[in-house]
Amino acid sequence: MSVVEVLFGLLGLMALGSALLVVTTRHLVHAALWLVVTLGSIAGCYLLLSAEFVAWVQVLIYVGAVVVLLLFGLMLTRAPIGASNELDSSLGQRLAAAITAGATAAVLVTSVVDAFHGDHIDLSDDSTVRAAGSSHSVGEAVFRSWVLPFEVLSLLLLAALVGAIVLSRRDISPEVVAEPGHTGEVGR
Amino acid sequence: MPLLMPVLLATLLFSIGIYGVLARRNAILVLMSVELMLNGVNLNFVAFDVYLRDSLLSGQVFTLFLITVAAAEIGLGLAIVLLVFRNRESAQLDELRDLREDDEEAVIS
Repeated sequence: MSVVEVLFGLLGLMALGSALLVVTTRHLVHAALWLVVTLGSIAGCYLLLSAEFVAWVQVLIYVGAVVVLLLFGLMLTRAPIGASNELDSSLGQRLAAAITAGATAAVLVTSVVDAFHGDHIDLSDDSTVRAAGSSHSVGEAVFRSWVLPFEVLSLLLLAALVGAIVLSRRDISPEVVAEPGHTGEVGR
Repeated sequence: MPLLMPVLLATLLFSIGIYGVLARRNAILVLMSVELMLNGVNLNFVAFDVYLRDSLLSGQVFTLFLITVAAAEIGLGLAIVLLVFRNRESAQLDELRDLREDDEEAVIS
């Protein structure tokens, strides 16, 4: 076993353990913080797979932005600080969820093991592998082969931005739009 | 490195995400579990990109796209959760039952 494999195994165990804590912990804020550990270990896995640009994007966007957004959401919905029994469904539903997840895992693991056992990712030290994940080659791929999907993605981001603003503004009320002749109070 | 290592890790992350989506009541915790599932998929993309040595780097580029889509999804999802919280004073998913049939009618029919 090489150093990369050992490190990948450790990072993978870390990611799985903290992911389990994310879905089982009784502290809301702890769940968000364990999510940071999971996402960080996955970024480490990307680094070990020689995809460095994706790894840093993962750190910047997931750990930096998404988790902070989730923490904001927790604060704005007045999340209980400290342990709470309100976070999980009833025991029966949790059991059903565990069975569903276990069945999914069993099906996927058996099919994946059957399909790919014995296959190896070649991470030898030659320069072509190392260069494939660098920001230079990823940038070239994005702006050369994938430039149209990239532009569509920027439209999607714009739509999401507008949608989020429309949803969270208080001064746009549906009555004003529904009754154009009505000149009563505008908004609340 | 065996291809199975990253692929199995991705599979297990996905299953943990499924458990979280089904077992949690709080809407924000459900969003977190969705993030776990998306990360499993991302890891799969990167692993197969490196394994297949794709010359267009489709796996890594799609991972970048997916990360962006996930960020947009989280932004919109949180906006909706906040709107629900503002109207209902609660972010518990099992209290949102307005579209559900009444119990009595369900029993009769």
